[in-house]
Amino acid sequence: MEFVLSCLVGLFFAAAIYLMLSRHSVRIMLGIAILGNAVNLLIFTAGRISGLVPPIIPKTMETLPAGTANPLPQALILTAIVISFSFFAFLLVLTYRAYQDLNTDDTDDMRAAEPKDQPMPPLGY
Amino acid sequence: MAASSSAHSVDLSLALTMEPSTLTDWLVILPVAICITVGALLMLIRKHTVWHPIIAIPALVLLVVVDCLLVYAVSTQGPITMVAGRWLPPFGIAFSADLLGALFALAAGIAGLAGAIFALGDIRASGRRYGFYPFLLLLMAGVSGAFLTGDIFNLYVWFEVLLISSFGLLILGSSHEQLDGAMKYAVLNLIGTTLFLIAVAYTYAVFGTLNMADIAMRARAAPMLPTATIGALFVVAFGMKAAAFPVNFWLPASYHTPRTVVSGLFGGLLTKVGVYALLRVMVMILPADLESLGALVSISAFLTMVLAGLGAIAQHDIRRTVGYVVIVGIGNIFAGVAVGGISGLEGALVYALHSMILMTALYFIVGLAGKLAGGFSLNAIGGLYRSNPAFAGLSLAAFFAAAGLPPFSGFWPKALLVRATLGDGQWWLAFAILFAGFCTTIALGRVFLLAYWRPAAAAPAARVRLTLSESLPVVGLMALVVAFGVYPEPLLAIATRAIEGLLAPEAYFMSVFPGGAS
Repeated sequence: MEFVLSCLVGLFFAAAIYLMLSRHSVRIMLGIAILGNAVNLLIFTAGRISGLVPPIIPKTMETLPAGTANPLPQALILTAIVISFSFFAFLLVLTYRAYQDLNTDDTDDMRAAEPKDQPMPPLGY
Repeated sequence: MAASSSAHSVDLSLALTMEPSTLTDWLVILPVAICITVGALLMLIRKHTVWHPIIAIPALVLLVVVDCLLVYAVSTQGPITMVAGRWLPPFGIAFSADLLGALFALAAGIAGLAGAIFALGDIRASGRRYGFYPFLLLLMAGVSGAFLTGDIFNLYVWFEVLLISSFGLLILGSSHEQLDGAMKYAVLNLIGTTLFLIAVAYTYAVFGTLNMADIAMRARAAPMLPTATIGALFVVAFGMKAAAFPVNFWLPASYHTPRTVVSGLFGGLLTKVGVYALLRVMVMILPADLESLGALVSISAFLTMVLAGLGAIAQHDIRRTVGYVVIVGIGNIFAGVAVGGISGLEGALVYALHSMILMTALYFIVGLAGKLAGGFSLNAIGGLYRSNPAFAGLSLAAFFAAAGLPPFSGFWPKALLVRATLGDGQWWLAFAILFAGFCTTIALGRVFLLAYWRPAAAAPAARVRLTLSESLPVVGLMALVVAFGVYPEPLLAIATRAIEGLLAPEAYFMSVFPGGAS
């Protein structure tokens, strides 16, 4: 199970990096969404994958039985999902607004803050 | 086995704290609590923008007072820890303040207060309707939380809190430049924070704990653990946050676009959070990895300083010049981290604290210069010295401080760093520090020559006067800069103690685990 998930995480990272290297801001957004999921799966894999024993302490014991999945990474993922989801929503709105105002989704043409033909600074006094 | 009886005989005192928290413990959590509460309150009354500064400025004054008390408490009693929900570390989430975190929090509080006062004049009705003050308070909550947390996953969460508030501040006004700058800033910073999250995931996988003191103790007890990947990821993520070469190009692309006060706060606060995290994680938690990555950090520091110094000269927009000056400062701090030891880290810490105050003031000054002269391009503006001689004097002091000339605060950390780099035999880093200082002097000297000294090309349409809310924070910040410059002993002494606490964090461990090892 860990092996399959590791391969999936690697695949997600590869796809995310490929998409983030694109010039088009929508593809970059898709890459960021996939990157977030890749990281979540990575944390998930870090905490033992096991579907057989639920992390519940039975009445007869004081600690978790052997072979249970670690519940803490799942709590961490929950936080990370909420954060990456809200950030993705914000970035999507920002991208759309930038597309509306700058009339392009090509990051090479987004040069409002750094215009291409900047004047030289004065060379003498 | 007696099932029910054994279930009730669990000794909870091992996992729960039984005594009530003392009053000083609350000091650790108060900076965050104040900022979040007041920020939420301002959100609730978002329609009544008249009240925003009236509530926000006293709250930030309170924040500075609490931070001062925290620094005092930590310097007299050693590190303080408070846990959430009575659960003891490593089960509960801890807020821990040592001298390093408290000093950073205090400097951030001062910069935030100066920003709130400056915004009275800089942010008018529309900006307040967009929520400048709530975002500022939440930004301060994120920054204070990052400086005071004792849990590495919480550090990630506070990073995100300050990041989302900074997005809101950055696009305040939504002009084309701001949207463009925000795109680059938001995407690259989010990727940097995601790298940090990956490193946190690996840290948990290796150590099985997220409490910083616990990780540090385990890393010291078992030096053979495979932590090289984690260390490298942390250095890249924090280098990206702090804007070190080669992951710094988002900063000059975005920091000149927002309102003056927002630029000032960003220049003062955000990159320094990356510096703090680098010091905390790499020096205290994973010292072995910092040693093996030392050459990488040295090269990064060298290239950051040289390229940013040259970049500062090549600009015609004075706000962009200041952006490169911020990056030069980051290079200086990284040089101190690369050298390590008490002398190098002390130089890095003092430089970071000086830079938090000075860069905020410098952005404010440059913003005011643009407002007084009617533009930011060196090709167009002039005559500021004739129209505002007192402001010109203040600006010159800030420029000297940024270039590292005595008698201003930039001189002492630079002297410490040059001595430390030469003492470590890394003469090329010392050369880069001096070269970058030289470039900064030329770049800012030229700003003074052209924008202040040169007679104005055209007669100004109407004489602009500085209001009290604009001059007061600049004068206040510059007073601190001059005070540190002429009387540096107290700051240097407390910085030495902070670095000693970081290098030998037994007192920090004791405050998190009073009963000894976990």
